[in-house]
Amino acid sequence: MADKDIDQVTGTDTTGHEWDGIKELNNPLPRWWLWTFYGTVVWGLAYTVAFPAWPLVNSATAGLLGYSTRAEVAEQIAAVDAQNAEVAQRLATADLATLAPDDPAHRYGVAGGASVFAAHCSQCHGSGAAGAKGYPNLLDDDWLWGGDLEAIAYTVRHGIRNEVDPDARWSEMPAFGEILEDGEIAATVEYVRQLSGQDHDAGLAGQGAVLFEEQCSACHGEAGEGIRDLGAPRLSDAIWLYGGDRETLTQTITYSRFGVMPPWGARLDEDEIKAVTLYLHQLGGGE
Amino acid sequence: MGFLQKHQVLERSPTLLFIFSLLVVTIGGIVEIAPLFYLENTIEEVDGVRPYSPLELAGRDIYIREGCYVCHSQMIRPMRDEVERYGHYSLAAESKYDHPFQWGSKRTGPDLARVGGRYSDAWHVDHLNDPQSVVPESIMPKYAFLGRTVIEGDQIEALLKTHRFVGVPYTDAMIDAAEADFRAQADPDADWDGVVERYPGAVVANFDGQPELTEMDALIAYLQMLGTLVDFSTFTPDVSR
Repeated sequence: MADKDIDQVTGTDTTGHEWDGIKELNNPLPRWWLWTFYGTVVWGLAYTVAFPAWPLVNSATAGLLGYSTRAEVAEQIAAVDAQNAEVAQRLATADLATLAPDDPAHRYGVAGGASVFAAHCSQCHGSGAAGAKGYPNLLDDDWLWGGDLEAIAYTVRHGIRNEVDPDARWSEMPAFGEILEDGEIAATVEYVRQLSGQDHDAGLAGQGAVLFEEQCSACHGEAGEGIRDLGAPRLSDAIWLYGGDRETLTQTITYSRFGVMPPWGARLDEDEIKAVTLYLHQLGGGE
Repeated sequence: MGFLQKHQVLERSPTLLFIFSLLVVTIGGIVEIAPLFYLENTIEEVDGVRPYSPLELAGRDIYIREGCYVCHSQMIRPMRDEVERYGHYSLAAESKYDHPFQWGSKRTGPDLARVGGRYSDAWHVDHLNDPQSVVPESIMPKYAFLGRTVIEGDQIEALLKTHRFVGVPYTDAMIDAAEADFRAQADPDADWDGVVERYPGAVVANFDGQPELTEMDALIAYLQMLGTLVDFSTFTPDVSR
């Protein structure tokens, strides 16, 4: 450069910028830094050759390494499936009723079933399977549709009262608000409270017993013991799905209940359904 | 002037620096963005993906208005843990009618890309009214006011037209029937054949269980269809994408 202007004190070239007599020194970047920078540029270019990158006319270059996110995840899933293939296959084809608790497939099922439950079931039935109002507790031995392995597996597979699976468990309690008078509903409530051993108005309950016999016993049983084939809950115990207080019972009888469970047959694999069945069965209430 | 000194020419002239910066950004933009609009391997045609029905679209607007995307993503990434938990990884085509898309960048709550059909309508009502009643460990706020807010369908036709303006292929028949479809999808007693015909796979139900058509109905209609349009028993992903 013709206008090279060396700073006297440091002996360094200046950029030519000058403010009030103060000149800016031109200290170039250190060579090692600069060459590292050039190195990363070369690395970046090589990267675009190795991996999918450059857009062409119809498609982008696939890269010399043949990497694909989709292929990678498929491989990872296949690798884990292959590791578990033997025991998963054994579980999928096993007859759960005769599968011994110390069988590796049984242990695999209980452990894997806990994961299936956490991912898919806990949102309604609670992370500890204790349920919530309207969502059954799965820890006790009170089952709406049956608590043996076969019944649990069926419920998981097909669900309850859903429009998706034609084999879903189905029953529908009428809304008695359209059938009974308010006074009759109040009497029935008192009788249901008598059945379940709660404090009640004996006079009204006597009237309610007649109504219960006429309207309710076909599904809930003569003594309110419930009928599993209809998913009709036992009323003669202290376990309530929605609540046994007068207000809730009145609401249940007046408007009915229609609890829905989605079918999981299409979302879960056969071994996952059996796994979660084994897990639920050993929680405490399995029959 | 050595090669390493040539940049001084640009650095000493603000105008030149500006022009060349613009040039660099323009080239970068053309190379990185433009090909996405024509490359065949970035535009995947997938059977089953359709525009949102009027009720679902209204629900989507409520989802956006309430900021659901702040805590919930709608993109299952192609990773084993996500596929195991949420289902098949999301396809670009599944959000091609989203304006704007709801992929999200952060999960405080779970991903919702395939939440459709996973829970019952009643669960969604319970959960939106009081999330802790069904999931005690949840930190989600309550949205019970949605069930008390009745929505009129008087703006739904304009909403569909707006989406058509930005490229969603709503037909004239869909636009004409928008308000009727909007009401029919939340009323199983109505004549909803047209809704299912125009929007295959649409779920017809009284989502919130109340006689009025509320924001709760619209939001649940939207949630119940998320991720349900593609039949993964027949769809085989092309691994080269």
